[in-house]
Order: sequence, then structure tokens, then C-alpha cells
Amino acid sequence: MISDSPLLKLALTFGALSLVSVGGAPAMMPEIHRLSVEVNPWLSNAGFARDFALSQTAPGPNFMMISLVGWRVAGFAGLMAATLAAIIPSSIIALIVGRLYMRFSSQAWFPVVKDALPPIVLGLIVASGVVTAQAAVSDTLGFAIVIMSTTIVALTRQNPLVAIATGAIIGLAAGRLGYL
Amino acid sequence: MEQSADSSKTASGRPLGKLELFTGFAEMGLFGFGGVATIARHIIVDKRRWMSEHDYAAVLGLGQILPGGNIINMTVMLGDRFHGPLGSIIALSGLMIMPIVILLGLTLVYDAYAANPDVRAATIGAGAAAAGLVIGMGLKMGRALRLHPIHLGFAVTTFVAMGVLRLPFIATIIVLAPLCIAATWWMRKR
Repeated sequence: MISDSPLLKLALTFGALSLVSVGGAPAMMPEIHRLSVEVNPWLSNAGFARDFALSQTAPGPNFMMISLVGWRVAGFAGLMAATLAAIIPSSIIALIVGRLYMRFSSQAWFPVVKDALPPIVLGLIVASGVVTAQAAVSDTLGFAIVIMSTTIVALTRQNPLVAIATGAIIGLAAGRLGYL
Repeated sequence: MEQSADSSKTASGRPLGKLELFTGFAEMGLFGFGGVATIARHIIVDKRRWMSEHDYAAVLGLGQILPGGNIINMTVMLGDRFHGPLGSIIALSGLMIMPIVILLGLTLVYDAYAANPDVRAATIGAGAAAAGLVIGMGLKMGRALRLHPIHLGFAVTTFVAMGVLRLPFIATIIVLAPLCIAATWWMRKR
């Protein structure tokens, strides 16, 4: 059956997500987790945490976690299918709305929508962090690293890579000392 | 777009070529560690002066309320402004090409050493830290927003729906976004 094709499955899954992905990738992690760990057998919990860390370590837009899911499912073709599916639907909307912008920006509802979405996006982002943490953490040490990283990012202006590197070093040290 | 006379020119009045569009976005992708937002504003407004601060904020703000990442949407709209839909494709390709190559490289190197116990332990630490990074980003955003109690209620409801109850995303958004827009409209009217 055509619908059994992994490429089509990737494209449909992430293409549909693209159309409703308010707040972008940082807000989407619970859904990306649900789709790739629970709904589809694409990643394990540990694999999800691993790939999320990898995608945060590389530079560039945040949604590349989706590209990596595609890569895990079907190699380079999967990467292209997932990436394009994640970009194209929302980009077509942006293209059309961008051209109508002059008409929209003077409408009374525009500032209302602009004020109304950040609280939703905020809830989505914190939920993303919590769901990702649940996938990544299995013991007290992991929990402590989550708190450490949350604190570094929330309270300082350090590059986020500092938090990831610190977590990696703590993990390495704990492994050497026999805690992992 | 109802273009004003110079909307296809940069803030400094010169035209913006396709090659410069590509290389500018490639620079943002290459150096955009931990998200592209900071470096994008620096390159577009300060360094290359493609857009004024005001114009850039407007395009980014519009990108924020549409589905898709706000940087991706900004990239599409900025590319379109200078070179039409082809410009959008050029700008998006510039933004994506190096990050994807680097991510694949990292993944291949990682996979080659994944069996090493040190690498495995470091990965567990990095995964936990990456999750904390997202929570920290959210807390920082929450502090900067200074939400009205009603809006805070919507943020908490969204968090509970997605983070605790694990409801499907599309259903959550379709219910909560219109309610929050209605509440915001009511708050402004009063």
C-alpha cells in the first residue's frame, strides 16, 4: 500500500504539523515526541533525547530535529522529505500573508492576535522542555543536570551551547566515576 | 504586496542581489548557534542594512503569528520582498544548507562513536541539558512578557494540556488559540 511508504508517512506527518505549528519548533517538541515515539515507531525515548541534543548542538533553525527524525527513518531521502514537509506548507502561507501584509497590519484584529499568541506559545515551550526532559532523564543525576541547564539559560546570558557542554562534561565525569 | 516605491531596495537604498541574499542567510545559518534570532537581526539590520529596525520588527512580528518558525517565515517574506518567490527559495536554501550539512556530520561522527561508554555518558548529560535549555528559554520568555493574569492562565492551561495531559497538539491549539484571541479582544475593549 502506498500509505506504507515511510517517505510519504514522514511527509504527511510533518506537513500537517507545519500548517499548525504556531510558535515554531521549540513549541512543537511534545507533538514531535508524540508523533515519532508514540504514534510511529521512529525513535525510542532515549533516541529522541539523543537526537534532540544533537540538533541543539548544530547551528541553524530549531526545527532541524525534524530533519534528523527523517534521517533516522529513511536516510538522506527521509531527511529531505521531513525537512521539506516541515518548511513548505507554512512557507506558502507566509508568502501569501507577507504580500497581504499592508492590508492586514491596519486591521483592528491584527494587534489582538499579536498579543494573544505569546501566552499560548509560552505554555507550549515550557511543555516542550518538560516532555523532552521526561524523555532524557532516568535518574537523580539527569534531573540535576536539567535544573542546572534551566538555571544557566534562565538567569544568565550565556550561549546555550555552554549549558549543553556542561551537561555533557557532567555526564562524562559521572560515567567515569561509575554513576551511569 | 502594495509596495512603496523603495520596498525592493535595502534600508540603505541599494538593490540586494541574489548572491548576497544567499550568502547573508548562509551566514545566519552557519553562526546561529542556539537559534538564529539574535544573529539574524544583527546581520539584516546592523551589518548588511537590508532592512530598518522597524521594518524588520514588523516582518518578524508577522512571522510570529503565522504557523511555522518565525525565522523561517521572516526568511520567506524577506526573500520574496527582494526577488519574489525565487528569492524566498534562495534565502531559505542559504539559511538551511550549512546547518543541515553540519548536523549530518555531527550525527555521523556521533553514531560512529556511540558505543563508546564515555560518549554514551556525555550524551545522557547533553540530552538532559538540552531539555533544561528549552525550559530555561521558556522561563526567560515568561519573565520578559509580563503577562496579564488572564494571559498567564492561558499559558498555564496550554502547558497543562500539552506537558501534563499530553493532549494532541492540533486539538489543543484549535481550542485554546481562538479562546485566547477572544479573551484578548475582550480585555482590550474594556
